[in-house]
Amino acid sequence: MNLISLFITSAIVNNIIFSQFLGACPFLGVSKKIDTAAGMGIAVIFVITLASVITYIVQKAILDTLGLQYLQTIMFILIIAALVQFVEMFLKKSAPGLYQALGIYLPLITTNCAVLGVAIINITKEYSFIEAMVNSVGTSLGFLIAIVLFAGVRDKVDNADLPESLKGSAISLVAAGLMSIAFLGFSGLQL
Amino acid sequence: MNKLDIFKNGVTKENPILVQQVGMCATLAVTTSLLNGIGMGIAVIAVLTGSNIVISLLRKFIPDEVRIPAFVIIIAAFTTIVDLLMHAYTFALYQALGVFIPLIVVNCLILARAEAFAFKNGVVDSIVDGLGMGVGYLVAMILLSSVREFLGNGTLFGINVLPASYEPMMIAIQPPGAFIILGLLIGLVNYLSRRKKA
Repeated sequence: MNLISLFITSAIVNNIIFSQFLGACPFLGVSKKIDTAAGMGIAVIFVITLASVITYIVQKAILDTLGLQYLQTIMFILIIAALVQFVEMFLKKSAPGLYQALGIYLPLITTNCAVLGVAIINITKEYSFIEAMVNSVGTSLGFLIAIVLFAGVRDKVDNADLPESLKGSAISLVAAGLMSIAFLGFSGLQL
Repeated sequence: MNKLDIFKNGVTKENPILVQQVGMCATLAVTTSLLNGIGMGIAVIAVLTGSNIVISLLRKFIPDEVRIPAFVIIIAAFTTIVDLLMHAYTFALYQALGVFIPLIVVNCLILARAEAFAFKNGVVDSIVDGLGMGVGYLVAMILLSSVREFLGNGTLFGINVLPASYEPMMIAIQPPGAFIILGLLIGLVNYLSRRKKA
């Protein structure tokens, strides 16, 4: 598969939220305002890309060579948790502006299943290093697109006159479903 | 709080999916058929109860400052055990659930119970809490996956329950169906609990 079509497929056609359901928790939790949604989306791109590089190298250099594949889950989650902590400390010291913008979202990312999910998918699909990177950037960009679009929709939905029982998360899920139908339209795309 | 209350709390009042709405990713993804939903529910019960037991036993030894990393490692160990067991004994189910089995480790439900319950309570209570929350999760999975399989395929457990003339609503087992049906299910639960209060 060539890299451009892999990128478009991972960002839009197989959108991480609307067709793979990874990262649904922050998607529903942090999408009340467009600017916080964008902040979360950018933090996710940053962490997913970095985490994919490191987990990929660890998998190939350590787990595969030593035959320790069964430690994958434990190893990856530790790497991600340590990485998020490290990125947080690093940004605080060297880029306070960026830290201010991303700060509150970073700790939340450890339990974002998108990060671990993408790292594992890169391995199970047997991507080459370059393909894994393209897939990671594409997938996390898809996350940003989805969460920003959804925050815009949610803004309107919250002001709508609804039956009391459907307010809040119930109608948000239905709205997400309708957006997912729109994204389903991309699945016919031949690349 | 007595044991029955702890159990009932998990199944109904604080149902992890329908009320607390945690751990949604796997819920949305694997409920395309009743069998997958039940398989995922049982896997979560196993990891949740196991990690609750160990965390509750170790609660006097784990320093407060490093409790979250400690929880994560314990949960990851149980996830790996379940992952290997399913790979060995239920291979078809293992393939159907795919990446969502290792992802149990980042299911917020399990970490939340470790932090909110097992770290503060005795072993027996923690087992009951793990089972209660786990059964609550399973019940929600069964509800969602049976509706999706019934509408989307006209089957339950892969057996036809509707006449052949039924035209399956494909959308129900496709991704949008997961969001919409879960949303309506939560709306229904809200409605019922509001009516009970009134």
